[in-house]
Amino acid sequence: MRKSITTFSELLLVCGQNHKHTYELIQDNEAFLADTNVDEVRLRVKKTLAAMKDAIQAGLKSSEKSISNQCGDDCVKLQERYKKGPSLLGDLFEKITTYALATIEENLRMGKIVACPTAGSCAIVPSVLVAISEKLDISEEAQINALITAGAVGSIVQNKVALAGAVAGCQAECGVASAMSAAALVQILGGTEKQMVHAVALALKNILGLTCDPVAGLVEIPCVKRNAFLAIYSVTAAELAMAGVESKIPADEVVDALAQTGQLMSPMLKESSQAGLAKTKTALKIEKKVLGKH
Amino acid sequence: MKQSSLFDIISPIMVGPSSSHTAGAVKLGLLARNIFGTTPKKVTFKLYNSYAQTGRGHGTDKGLLAGVLGISVDDVRIKNIFDLPEADEIEYKFEFLEDFNRHPNAVDFIFEGAQRMTISGNSIGAGNVRITNINNFAVKLSGEFNSVVIIYKDRLGVISKVSGIIQNEGINIAALNCERSAKGEDASICMSLDSALNYSIVEKLKKIDDIYLVRHVAKLES
Repeated sequence: MRKSITTFSELLLVCGQNHKHTYELIQDNEAFLADTNVDEVRLRVKKTLAAMKDAIQAGLKSSEKSISNQCGDDCVKLQERYKKGPSLLGDLFEKITTYALATIEENLRMGKIVACPTAGSCAIVPSVLVAISEKLDISEEAQINALITAGAVGSIVQNKVALAGAVAGCQAECGVASAMSAAALVQILGGTEKQMVHAVALALKNILGLTCDPVAGLVEIPCVKRNAFLAIYSVTAAELAMAGVESKIPADEVVDALAQTGQLMSPMLKESSQAGLAKTKTALKIEKKVLGKH
Repeated sequence: MKQSSLFDIISPIMVGPSSSHTAGAVKLGLLARNIFGTTPKKVTFKLYNSYAQTGRGHGTDKGLLAGVLGISVDDVRIKNIFDLPEADEIEYKFEFLEDFNRHPNAVDFIFEGAQRMTISGNSIGAGNVRITNINNFAVKLSGEFNSVVIIYKDRLGVISKVSGIIQNEGINIAALNCERSAKGEDASICMSLDSALNYSIVEKLKKIDDIYLVRHVAKLES
């Protein structure tokens, strides 16, 4: 397999023709691109996965605040809450939300994380992938397959829209991360490639228009909590797709809509902190306090 | 269409909080260091626009300095870089500027040491970066490839001599950018290569008449 895959329809076609999974095609392609072999590619993904797990473990134990002193202690609060009583939605929900906050808080205190696809959206894929793998006792090889699948999804979206808040708002960061996470989940649950692509379409359709309006320009408010919200959200997309629910609009067209929405979105709502949450009364107070500190 | 790598998406393994403002800053610093060729005695960092406004809250200043000191994006020492002994060994300062003609995340490095060199770059999103200028010559370096940067006096046949030497070593040229200030004046060549150039090839390139500067800029590990 040496053909570059740039759209979801192409991915489905090539998977079907070759009777292969997405991760098989992508790891072959990656080996070709990097002048290496599939084992090396998988080893690198394995290291990435290990770094994600390290970030979760580090984040669970810390309540150190960020440079701005605004965020960093929510994961501890959540763990305390679950010690008192289980989550309404069960232990998987508990794991996903705590792992998500652990990872994103580790990020804001300048700890080591994996950008996935970006640092501001780094907690969505790992929290879901690691939580489900622990819950269902998924093998490391299968986790690697799922992470490659997630990467493939991001890579295809990136062919049409740069994965940066400044280009297409948070659609392109946490939004795309939720689609990647949904895809990883379908791969782990043994869904078909078609179901995986529907999960992507379903996830992306419901984050269209998501802006990037961080308070004081920092990857903190609302990014921290949004990672936990969109991690849980991605499970919905995977569950629907696994049930055979299909997106009426094909994934590639949803990506087109996302790119167009990103273009039409005011630059004031694209990582410039000139509108939205970033210009609320309280945000301005925080901004003054944070910038005044330096 | 350029095929993007899996590791454009699920990487880098990095110190937070921002791929563009932290990891991108480290990468720009590393590339600038590679181009300068060594640790400078003195460096002035000029941060523009979003880099200037939100840089400190994102550790952009720390990242830029870390890169110049040769510290990689996933090194947890970045957080306390200003307190490291390595940082005490060089003189550095930061300037925070606004210039709407520049990219939102732009930086200039003004290096002083054995020589003076000004290097400019942009952090273009998701941890990807571009070095755009070296001493006012337009270049295009992303750190994704091993590259060679050459500054020379514009003259017939230089590009062909350079590419000939590289071709003889069996190295494929993935991309080639050339620029000159005016006919017969200073010009630059920027080549992205599919494998690294060894020291002896760089020395061979330096021996071509009218070449002032040859730098092999190693690919960044992401």
